[in-house]
Amino acid sequence: MALKTYESEFKIVRDDSKCIACQVCVRQCANNAHIYDAEDEKVYADDSKCVNCHRCVSMCPTKALHIEHTPLQFMGTANWTSSAIRNVIKQADTGGVVLTAMGCDKKYPNYWDRILLNASQVTNPSIDPLREPMELKTIIGKKPDKLEFENKGGKVSLKTHLTPQLELSTPIMFSAMSYGSISLNAHKSLARAAFEYGIYWNTGEGGLHKDLKKYKDRTIVQVASGRFGVNSEYLNTSAAVEIKIGQGAKPGIGGHLPGEKVPEEISVTRMIPAGTDALSPAPHHDIYSIEDLKQLVYAIKEATRYTKPVFVKIAAVHNVSSIASGVVRAGADAVVIDGLLGGTGAAPAVMRDNVGIPIELAIAVVDARFRDEGIRNQASIIAAGGFRNSADVIKAIALGADAVYLGTAALVALGCHVCQKCYTGKCNWGIATQDPYLTKRLNPNIGSGRLMNLLRGWSIEIKEMLGGMGINAIESLRGNREHLRGIDLHDKERELLGIKAAGETW
Amino acid sequence: MAKSKKKTADYVIVGNSVAAIAAVEAIRETDCDGSIIMVTKEGEMIYSRPMISYYLAGKVKLKNMRYREAGFYKQHNIQLLAEKKVVKVEPKKNTVKLGDGSLIGYGRLLITTGGEPVNPPIKGAAVKGVFNFTTLQDAESISRFIKANDVKSAVILGAGLIGLKAAEALLARKIKITIVELADRILATTFDKKASQIIDKALSKQGCRLELSDSIKQVISGKGKVTGVELLSGKKLAAELVVIAIGVRPNIEIVKGSGIKVKRGIVVDNAMQTNISNIYAAGDVAEAAGFFGGRKMVLAIWPDAYRQGRIAGAAMAGVKTRYQGGIVMNSVEIASVPTISVGVTVLDGSEDNVEVLEKSDLKNSIYRKIVLKDDCLEGVILVGKIDRAGIYTGLIKDRVKTTSFKELLLNEDFGIISLPKDYRKHMVSDVPMMM
Amino acid sequence: MKRIYISEEYCIGCRLCEIHCLVAHTKSKKILKAFKDEIPKDATAAVLVEEEGHLSFALQCRHCSDAPCIEACMTGAMYRDKKTGAVLHDEDKCVGCWMCIMVCPFGVTAADPATHKITSKCDLCAGQDSPACVANCPNEALVYEDRENES
Repeated sequence: MALKTYESEFKIVRDDSKCIACQVCVRQCANNAHIYDAEDEKVYADDSKCVNCHRCVSMCPTKALHIEHTPLQFMGTANWTSSAIRNVIKQADTGGVVLTAMGCDKKYPNYWDRILLNASQVTNPSIDPLREPMELKTIIGKKPDKLEFENKGGKVSLKTHLTPQLELSTPIMFSAMSYGSISLNAHKSLARAAFEYGIYWNTGEGGLHKDLKKYKDRTIVQVASGRFGVNSEYLNTSAAVEIKIGQGAKPGIGGHLPGEKVPEEISVTRMIPAGTDALSPAPHHDIYSIEDLKQLVYAIKEATRYTKPVFVKIAAVHNVSSIASGVVRAGADAVVIDGLLGGTGAAPAVMRDNVGIPIELAIAVVDARFRDEGIRNQASIIAAGGFRNSADVIKAIALGADAVYLGTAALVALGCHVCQKCYTGKCNWGIATQDPYLTKRLNPNIGSGRLMNLLRGWSIEIKEMLGGMGINAIESLRGNREHLRGIDLHDKERELLGIKAAGETW
Repeated sequence: MAKSKKKTADYVIVGNSVAAIAAVEAIRETDCDGSIIMVTKEGEMIYSRPMISYYLAGKVKLKNMRYREAGFYKQHNIQLLAEKKVVKVEPKKNTVKLGDGSLIGYGRLLITTGGEPVNPPIKGAAVKGVFNFTTLQDAESISRFIKANDVKSAVILGAGLIGLKAAEALLARKIKITIVELADRILATTFDKKASQIIDKALSKQGCRLELSDSIKQVISGKGKVTGVELLSGKKLAAELVVIAIGVRPNIEIVKGSGIKVKRGIVVDNAMQTNISNIYAAGDVAEAAGFFGGRKMVLAIWPDAYRQGRIAGAAMAGVKTRYQGGIVMNSVEIASVPTISVGVTVLDGSEDNVEVLEKSDLKNSIYRKIVLKDDCLEGVILVGKIDRAGIYTGLIKDRVKTTSFKELLLNEDFGIISLPKDYRKHMVSDVPMMM
Repeated sequence: MKRIYISEEYCIGCRLCEIHCLVAHTKSKKILKAFKDEIPKDATAAVLVEEEGHLSFALQCRHCSDAPCIEACMTGAMYRDKKTGAVLHDEDKCVGCWMCIMVCPFGVTAADPATHKITSKCDLCAGQDSPACVANCPNEALVYEDRENES
């Protein structure tokens, strides 16, 4: 065996004065990082197996465990960091691609943290959301150019035909994560929370499990390049349909669910043979132009009898505003933009960390482009990719987004500790795995409750921030960039974001 | 003749052992006011008969022999007539007659007179040192006799439940024993030869013996005391103590000639009612339905006595519940080897659709045997390892088809998890069965 | 009465229920002290985790309303608590006749070879709002509810 020349990333520290050798850590670690020695009646650790997911730390009844980044670092340089060196060694060992998961791990400028919100003082009063009504209701879908009414004997009614719309109780939805990339219990948690909170969840490209059909009125079903699980019934068991062109974590490449992650239940839901690889091609092989996209959009609208809005999801790439404009012209009721920090269940690290543009800039340029072209009303803008808190959400809306998609934040609410090992299928939190021993760990009764807590908490904060700005409806903030100011930003960046510098007045 | 003052009560119960106690507890769950008279030929103490072996062994003190606390009678508002013998039941007059001639009138009568030891005519048995072993008094007498005569060896006639319990007790008192049994194995009604052999081996390790297919021909004595026995085979055994434990029979003396239907015991239906509507019987005296159908039987075991007593008590108070039929079951530990047997375990080979599963580890005194009929459990013998035996008992009672998990039945870790999902969920989560 | 209900689909086999059951039945009720000084090495908890592959569940006395163990107990050691309805066990009275083992359809009474008595029978952690196994189940695979009065 060749010498392994890089050491474990993490070190498991066990406080022997507290360890009672109960072996909960042994049973809980799917990576076998804890080993019980019956002869010694002691638990030992294999640091090399640890992924720093904290499952053992959380479960240890005596709090005898903690995990450290190993103090042993390569000499390195500012450029040659330990992880850069480790990756080169790994690839020299294996000749393979460095796989990873979740979102971008490079320290690019974060624009959310360089944008500041406004608040009312004297000249316009702030509003107390505890005393006065505050509207977060959000309507997604194509809006008509003008509204016509008719008056029949004093009874006024809308004459204009409205295309289908989605109504959200708060401007947040759960983004596409397929059954396969995450467990059925994770899907159940998302679906139930969306259903009960009055928002929407998204199936991702893996079909809709039969147990979840009852949530159809709060379900967005996805159609992607592999077309897994897609048929007429699937399209109609939904509130909306999303065509996925690209994903922020890995724009330009497809997906690959290995056959060992396609057990019976998944094979039925995806409509593919059990044990076969589920390959989503990089492009849709029937879409090479906006006109081709239009055909698919209208094929879906026909199949659903024009009762459901159709979304098109694209990754935020360099020409995002032109592409988004084309998407609207292809007939999409909403365009979903997934930014640089968007997550994934598996992607080559080089793709995740180097491809695409930040969502903040993408929202701003797409919103501006739509206004310039007079098509802003023709489609909603949904932003995705790395939203961490309610301030990120409200800033996105002020930049021009109608609503945001949460992926990683929802998973963290379900227990995810962002260890980025989704692609191994050994998620100790029962989320990104299909191993029945692990998936049980996510009880949807608990999971859905935690997701609703998160939605509630963020909604309260959004109301507080709105009230502070003297605004009583989220609709009034949408694209209202006067409420934003930039800090530590170049002029060009502020120009693209369409915001003034901190200190500048109206 | 001057009419003696006649007592009357809504409920009259003859006996104060487990069936009687269970009956009282059931009556008082629905009828708090009805008057209850309890008549017993024994003392006031409510003790547990099977405990006499532990008492003789010196493992429990007299105070721990109590099955119910001393306040039981008062708490349940019972008038107790202790050390009084009922001699006759007179159904036409709704009275029972006591040994002293007094009469007690009853609204409803429950007979729980239990069993009495069977004593075969044995030559020379009427000497000191020959005992039965069914009451506390027997245990006390034996205990006193052992002390007074420094008993070192004993012969027990009968390797049924009582005989083995006596053996257990005497072994604990460091007395060398020989068990003499007419059948070819111990616990002949529930054990097979293999189970019997394991116990035999364990006994002999303690210097004791089993004499099978044999019996006592005569008791040999000197100076009015036992000195040994002679067996039918001609063998002679020295012993200073002989316990006659070949069985008990229902104690039906008091109902003779009363019109109450009797076969071996007092015949009762599934509410423990006799052929006379206000007279009930329960426990070792009753002859009730068996679980597996067939003829009614006298089942002299503790759990059934309790169950029958409860059903009788409830029925007398107007609440009908149904006796599901008795299943033979025993738990005996002998020479430190625990054993449990339940249901039909002895087969003569003539049965149809019967399958026997077996596993044994004789070196470690472990044996498991399961009897299936049409894939339903009918019996089980566990020797050496008895953990979770009740799961089998439950399968017998629920008549569960074992077809889908038959091969797991003998596993050492056979558990609730081995059962089919439907039944398992029904059991542990109260999820209704989809059947 | 309030009972412990089991959801096997959410039991993760961590056995925290067993650990906390043992602790709850020590004098100190402090986990470190309990494991270092109080709990004997081969002690069994009153909750038993059955496990087979990925299926597992934690089983404890069901406190049957029609309890066969009470019927079978010849010493009166097994009894029903009049106030709570729980099936309890008086270790003082127990002589180890194993009749309860013979009749318990769940197999949740266990013998302690050391004391030759029935040991660690679930007492629903008498006096606590929630039994230790339920309170410490990280996944709500055990819940303590009164479902009888609901329906």
